Amino acid sequence: MTSLRQFWQSGPRRDPNTVAYIVLLVVAISFPILATVATGGQGEVMINVAADAGVYVLLAVGLNVVIGFAGLLDLGYAAFFAIGAYTYAFLASDHGRVTPLGEPIHLPFWIVLFIAMFVAASFGVILGAPTLRLRGDYLAIVTLGFGEIVPRIFKNASVWTSGVNGISALDIPALPLWLQGPWSGDPFAIVPDFKIISPLAYYVIMVLLLIISVVLVRNLHRSRLGRAWMAVREDEVAAAAMGVNTVAVKLLAFSIGAAFSGFAGTFYAAKLSLVSSENFGFSVSITIIVMIVLGGMGNIPGVITGALLIYGVIFILLPQMPEYATGFANSVGLSGLTHPSGDFPGIGEFISRLKFLIFGFILVVVMLVRPQGLLPSRQREQELQKGIAHEDTVIEDVTAEVGG
Amino acid sequence: MTVQPAAEPILRIDHVTKRFGGLVAVDDVTFDVKRGEIFALIGPNGAGKTTLFNGITGIFPPTTGRVVFQGGEITGSPPHRVAALGIARTFQNIRLFEYMSSLDNVRLGQHCRMHAKLWDSLFKTPAERAEEKRVTDNAIELLKFVGIEKYTHVYARNLPYGSQRRLEIARALATSPALLLLDEPAAGFTPQEKVELMSLVHKIIERGITVFLIEHDMKVVMGVSRRIVVLDHGEKIAEGTPEQVRNDQRVIEAYLGKQH
Repeated sequence: MTSLRQFWQSGPRRDPNTVAYIVLLVVAISFPILATVATGGQGEVMINVAADAGVYVLLAVGLNVVIGFAGLLDLGYAAFFAIGAYTYAFLASDHGRVTPLGEPIHLPFWIVLFIAMFVAASFGVILGAPTLRLRGDYLAIVTLGFGEIVPRIFKNASVWTSGVNGISALDIPALPLWLQGPWSGDPFAIVPDFKIISPLAYYVIMVLLLIISVVLVRNLHRSRLGRAWMAVREDEVAAAAMGVNTVAVKLLAFSIGAAFSGFAGTFYAAKLSLVSSENFGFSVSITIIVMIVLGGMGNIPGVITGALLIYGVIFILLPQMPEYATGFANSVGLSGLTHPSGDFPGIGEFISRLKFLIFGFILVVVMLVRPQGLLPSRQREQELQKGIAHEDTVIEDVTAEVGG
Repeated sequence: MTVQPAAEPILRIDHVTKRFGGLVAVDDVTFDVKRGEIFALIGPNGAGKTTLFNGITGIFPPTTGRVVFQGGEITGSPPHRVAALGIARTFQNIRLFEYMSSLDNVRLGQHCRMHAKLWDSLFKTPAERAEEKRVTDNAIELLKFVGIEKYTHVYARNLPYGSQRRLEIARALATSPALLLLDEPAAGFTPQEKVELMSLVHKIIERGITVFLIEHDMKVVMGVSRRIVVLDHGEKIAEGTPEQVRNDQRVIEAYLGKQH
């Protein structure tokens, strides 16, 4: 009998990801229904949170191309996210009026999505072209710098960006035409210029964007380009000697990653209807990297799972933990703990102060238990078994020497 | 062997020198490789053989001198362009993509012969699918050619040592080269494996590919190639047929030391 583990390890040919994709798709489709049923018709909040989480999933899928596929450590990924968000803010709000331009620009969301992708990708090329000739560590530092510079520019170029106030009242995305009917509780009618305001609509758009993105990234991964990325990640010299233009291939990975970030930024800005330079700091870049590493670098379903999980921990579990702790203390008869006494600030506040310690602890435990990530790519899994190679392969090349 | 070397050289090494700081690794070396021959470069350890290969393939361009391939100068061209022009190589210390299957290693080798653009890859256009199929079939054919088709779906790192060397040759052949550079292809081989390798080299020649190999085992080289160049301390000390080289006083000295 073949166990699941054996099936998984049986070789690079069989693809257990198919199962993961189906599970993820089922979860994505059933989530709004489950949320609505579970909360007795009050699921909007949860659906809203899920749509926000989708932004991070999109970011993780994009950064996975850069880090997971091509092996380029990009520490400034949030910069492209900011560029995408600000692109939407400039091109779809009244903000233009208060800039030296003097005219508001109102382009439709759907068009700005692609413009933002293009703009972010262009910045990716501008940053990547001079730096991708460098080896890994240098690239990490350069991108780190870029990630710090971009939000600072948005913060300080206040003539154009309103500085710390950010840009608010961005256009609400609209569909040019919409057929309303009993399904939305309205009489039948054709509504022109239909404004998208319900969380469910954002959720649906997000899921659609994600499905398209995942299909495209998966296609890339299984193509000529995907192979070239893998090769560059493993051995750049050998890849070049086999005819791969390593700089071009890395640049492409970098700008495709940036394009995703710009894409996600536009959605984020449109949904929040506000952009502020505070939202694109280094911690955003790091969070996305954590999602990728924890989920399983290089494996798309893994990265999606990691993104959802980390998002859940950071934005749902941690903020609510003080509340849970207080409730728990009350229910087990330790209600004395909930009030401050002496140096002890009360259990709720205590837990709230320990929030990031707990987060760090969760990360350390997960990485110790599953260093390859939750749903790792096969390559990654193999790499972590480096010491225990197949016995045939450990024959030493006795005549190998330097030079020759 | 019936293949007659043509007069025009496929590769011309013209006064090539490579310095690393004060060290002269290759010192004013000149020779031609003729089309269709098995040409060997030999010499003791540290003679500059691999450095010369790196100079030809653009990994470390020569300091001075010219490398001319099929009539065009390629001195200082980046490695991927050299590969696209038709020079493939293997590495002395095997450099496979360890965490890719044998099949993917060989498919990667065809990278520079493929035409799929970003657009094709993103949307899996019919042309891209057809190309992938062609590339896969060709890769399987090449794995059969070198005799390791049973490892098609095995990660390169899990192959036995001898098969890894063969896989590297298959990957190099996948770039459809006119000239194949083999850097000590028989290193670490048993005598039996060396014999098998040499018959593979003859099969490669029959495909119309010129083979230029580095080997430091004199016996292997003598058996397979018609013309040999000997390097020692970066200098060319002899050139000629195996018989000529074997009886050359400087070669004997380089290998066995001076007689006093």
